[in-house]
Amino acid sequence: MARVSIQTHDFDLGSEVAALRDGDGGVGAVVSFVGTVRDRSSEGAVSQLELEHYPGMTERSIEAMIDAAHVRFDIRGARVVHRVGLLQPQEQIVLVAVTSAHRGQAFQACEFLMDYLKTQAPFWKKETTPDGARWVDARVADDAALERWGIAAGNGSGTAAPR
Amino acid sequence: MSDITVQVRYFAALREALGSSESVALPEGSTLGQLRDVLLARGGRYAEVLARGRAVRCALNQVMADESVVVPAGAEVAFFPPVTGG
Repeated sequence: MARVSIQTHDFDLGSEVAALRDGDGGVGAVVSFVGTVRDRSSEGAVSQLELEHYPGMTERSIEAMIDAAHVRFDIRGARVVHRVGLLQPQEQIVLVAVTSAHRGQAFQACEFLMDYLKTQAPFWKKETTPDGARWVDARVADDAALERWGIAAGNGSGTAAPR
Repeated sequence: MSDITVQVRYFAALREALGSSESVALPEGSTLGQLRDVLLARGGRYAEVLARGRAVRCALNQVMADESVVVPAGAEVAFFPPVTGG
């Protein structure tokens, strides 16, 4: 099974996890994270979210993150699904699922992958609010989250992004 | 020194301002930062969205890269705002 999927359509957590565990009797823990579209932001009510990405680099960068997770943690498998295109509030955006023999490594690897993805995978969100559509600013807190793992993020820190 | 040609791609707010992709000629041995300077020197929208002081990240052949990296001939370079996925 592919480790990374970038797709416009929705995903099913249950079937993704079932496929990830399938045939691996050594799995004793599955940890998954699902990110969803909020109906509000600091700018007000959000009616729609548009996700742009860099085809090719997106898949390649997430594959590299999964390789890094396998080096760093004792995990058995990992799966990342990220949606692109137009999304409505409450829809699912991203899935990260990790399997391991015991829960500790899977919990850590799942958070590591999500922290990595937030600041290193080439996706951009544009949200529509009553004031119009605007590109979402990167959060310094996301850089700090990756830096906890000893990795310099260098994404949202510093000067403002062009609007 | 002769010129090389690279393919430059833009994403998100930079794509809206500059278009998706273009070929750019620049002196052999130039770094990503020097490529940004060549584009900046065009003025107009380029000077605005690529201005020093704006947060712009870049990738070389689809891998995040620092502006000090030298750009090889035929490379695919991308400029884009800080990423906001997840």
